[in-house]
Amino acid sequence: MHLNPTPHDSMHPAAKPLISKPLSRRSFLQISALAGGGLALGFFDLPLARAQFGPPRADLSPRAFIQIAPDGTITLMAKSPEIGQGVKTMYPMMIAEELDADWSLVRVQQADLDESLYGGQSSGGSVGTQSNYLPLRRVGAACRQMLVAVAATRWAVPTSECTTKLGRVIHTASNRSIGYGDLATDAAALTPPALDSVQLKDPKNFRILGKPQANVDNHAIVTGKPLFGIDVSVPGMLHAVIEKCPVYGGKVKSADLDAIKKLPGVRHALILAPAPATGEVDTTLEPGVAIVATGIEPGVAIVADTWWQAQSARRALKVEWDFGPGANQNSATFAANAADLLKAPPSGTLRGYGDVDAAIASAAKVVEATYFYPFLAHGTLEPMGTTASFKDGKLELWTTSQSPGGGRSQAARALNIQPSDITVHLCRIGGGFGRRLQNDYLVEAAWLAKQINVPVKLLWAREDDIAHDAFRPAGWHSLRAGLDSQGRIVAWRQHLSTFGDGPRLVSAAGMDATEFPSGRVPAYGLYTSAQPLILRTGALRAPGHNGYAFVIEAFLDELATAAGRDPVDLRMELLAAAPIPMPAAANGRRIADSLNADRLKGVLQLVAEKSNWAVRKPTPGRGMGIAFHYCHAGYFAEVAEVSVDSANRITVHHVWAAGDVGNQIMNPSGAEAQVQGSILEGMSQMQQEITLADGHIQQTNFHQHPLVRFRQSPAIEVFWRLSEFGPTGLGEPALPPILPAIANAVFAATGKRIRTLPLARNGFSFA
Amino acid sequence: MPLKLKINNRTTSVDLPPDTPLLWALRDTLDLKGAKYGCGMGVCGACTVLVDGVATRSCITPISAVANSSITTIEGLSLDGTHPLQLAWEQFDVPQCGYCQAGQILTAAALLAHTPHPTDAQIDTAMSGNLCRCGTYTRIRQAIHQAAAAPAHTK
Repeated sequence: MHLNPTPHDSMHPAAKPLISKPLSRRSFLQISALAGGGLALGFFDLPLARAQFGPPRADLSPRAFIQIAPDGTITLMAKSPEIGQGVKTMYPMMIAEELDADWSLVRVQQADLDESLYGGQSSGGSVGTQSNYLPLRRVGAACRQMLVAVAATRWAVPTSECTTKLGRVIHTASNRSIGYGDLATDAAALTPPALDSVQLKDPKNFRILGKPQANVDNHAIVTGKPLFGIDVSVPGMLHAVIEKCPVYGGKVKSADLDAIKKLPGVRHALILAPAPATGEVDTTLEPGVAIVATGIEPGVAIVADTWWQAQSARRALKVEWDFGPGANQNSATFAANAADLLKAPPSGTLRGYGDVDAAIASAAKVVEATYFYPFLAHGTLEPMGTTASFKDGKLELWTTSQSPGGGRSQAARALNIQPSDITVHLCRIGGGFGRRLQNDYLVEAAWLAKQINVPVKLLWAREDDIAHDAFRPAGWHSLRAGLDSQGRIVAWRQHLSTFGDGPRLVSAAGMDATEFPSGRVPAYGLYTSAQPLILRTGALRAPGHNGYAFVIEAFLDELATAAGRDPVDLRMELLAAAPIPMPAAANGRRIADSLNADRLKGVLQLVAEKSNWAVRKPTPGRGMGIAFHYCHAGYFAEVAEVSVDSANRITVHHVWAAGDVGNQIMNPSGAEAQVQGSILEGMSQMQQEITLADGHIQQTNFHQHPLVRFRQSPAIEVFWRLSEFGPTGLGEPALPPILPAIANAVFAATGKRIRTLPLARNGFSFA
Repeated sequence: MPLKLKINNRTTSVDLPPDTPLLWALRDTLDLKGAKYGCGMGVCGACTVLVDGVATRSCITPISAVANSSITTIEGLSLDGTHPLQLAWEQFDVPQCGYCQAGQILTAAALLAHTPHPTDAQIDTAMSGNLCRCGTYTRIRQAIHQAAAAPAHTK
């Protein structure tokens, strides 16, 4: 039976664009100029977003993280939001390792938000491993030291004669041992040692880290226990949905709230257009959009006894919208504008050295190509949502934010209360991928709870989630490179056309000046141009890199073909060259090129060896492709083997992935899962696209923004190259290389280049 | 008029409009939170439950359509999480975020009920309607094979 759920965009007859005149190709520059730098361009890449991932605190206390019961059961606090990246398991492993706990007796509990107690509690940027590896081990080691001190005192032996293992202190000489549970009360009376004074293990003696440990929530997940944000239940709670303005930056003119309030179960219907009473308004945004800086997009909230009643009431909702200038936006116009910009002089220079044009003019061979990647939505499987309760001036939140500290600040501003009056509980999260670094849904729930004075669970419908994402911005790249008679790259010119205001680009649209092969070819230019955008953009897993790794690595494959060279050899040659350092800026500071060539070479060689790259034998319709990428401090090289049938359907048979994330893999099971997941997500990204028509997002649900399916998922082998460097994160770096590896494999199989995503634009699809 | 539903071998009564999707009756009325909302249009599989043994999208199934059926949710697949699929899911550490996994397990349970020893191709066919945003398909395949090799499950 099918209930025939009405698609989002046909729910409201009133939701027709009021302004449908397309923004002409000539007028967009004029509008940009009129705005005088103040026009809505979505969110710029604000330093705030980076500040959330500051250095770890040095003054953490074991008391905050560790509870030891008399029976020896150890409860460890998991500090950060769990979005599927595995930190609810991995962070406690770090503590338990140095504590010398018996992992089978460890219970893990999700901490509430308290960054004074736990240090930073954001999840994002693949920084969790490096920023917690030492601090959390020290927390465990400090506690162990306290337990040893108590045992040594009881036995009247030096602490140096005591060892620990599996939750017990052992005095070998006297053949005595005592469990942590019997020591805990006395240990709790001691002052914890300074964390930087404690002795850490030699990693070769690790018993928990480096061994595959299962996700601590597995049993609860496979038995359907309420764990996730969507599962929260608070006594007396109502359920809310929000019909947001379908065009970003628009607002409600009028809505027939009275009719909605008469529908079954509906308790409240409210227009959301709250300007913040006090606090900051981001002045880089135009007035209609500035409201969004508080976290609330204008719309109509419907609150009912059940979520289904609230959602059903939307069908009867009639809203007249003021769409604002965003309604002039169309994907076709964006593309035409971008093409014009690529023909014109760029407005920003990220890097330029050598005489690129002269080198290309005198090159033996010139290769030119234009690449494109589209806007993308995150589409976490659990839609955005938060539960909020407001009572006596205090706010309590149960949320799925990746950045709950930032969310609390935003909620405090929007409600005009102190952050200290807000309690935040962190729920397990049904996927983050960067979407939940934004806290819009959190603030909406907080605002609603205060307005109606009843606990409320806000849950976005899937259609809201797709249409009101913080999108991965689209980018058009024009590339031109010269090869000498030996097939060496002598010059590289790359012009990125994306969104922003002159040289300022919207969030997650830009590139780094040091992006490979910057500094590794004799003459190089990396330029940008931008057109205005009235749409929110933001980080999607491996932000930026997920787009331009495809461009750079596929173009490198074109160069290898043009030069008649093996793509591995070409890359090894680029990495062998001494890098040209970035020039010092006016303030004397120099952007460091953090890429370590040996590490990138290492993973390239490893993946080539494991995939038998050197002896591959492409046959018509079947081939292998290779690519590598460095980002988020991690190095990955990947090989894909594909076949393509006569209908251009691609089967990815096998993927080999080689990674270097330092000298220690924390949890081999979780680590491998992150690589597998990154590869499948990259495949999904190859078939997804968000488009705009008169400012309306045209995709509504997963059928139009498809994920890779079970039958399409390849065999994936993951190999680690352990290097001497400190361990780094795995949430993101394995993703970027898979897109070009597959595109390059399709070329090997068919002779056809994929320069434009999604695949369907080239007539390809995954079988 | 209240409607009787047989869920996890217990008959219960719900006073909801007959066109209420089973998913929301389970989640918000009966407090069975295992089935998840993902798309609301039957394309992702996160809401999958068994209706008379058939994997069914509860988000687009009105309660009136299942009044005379036996419904199994993830909470009722076994008494204590010991269905071979649940054990295999833990053994192979399948979940990443975990949000889709109840639907994945119930779809696999329906497969194994009819096809105790599925081939890879049969697994592909059965499982390709259930989306996993995290990309756990590789391990789901391993876990299904493992569960298929385990002794038959008696509930």
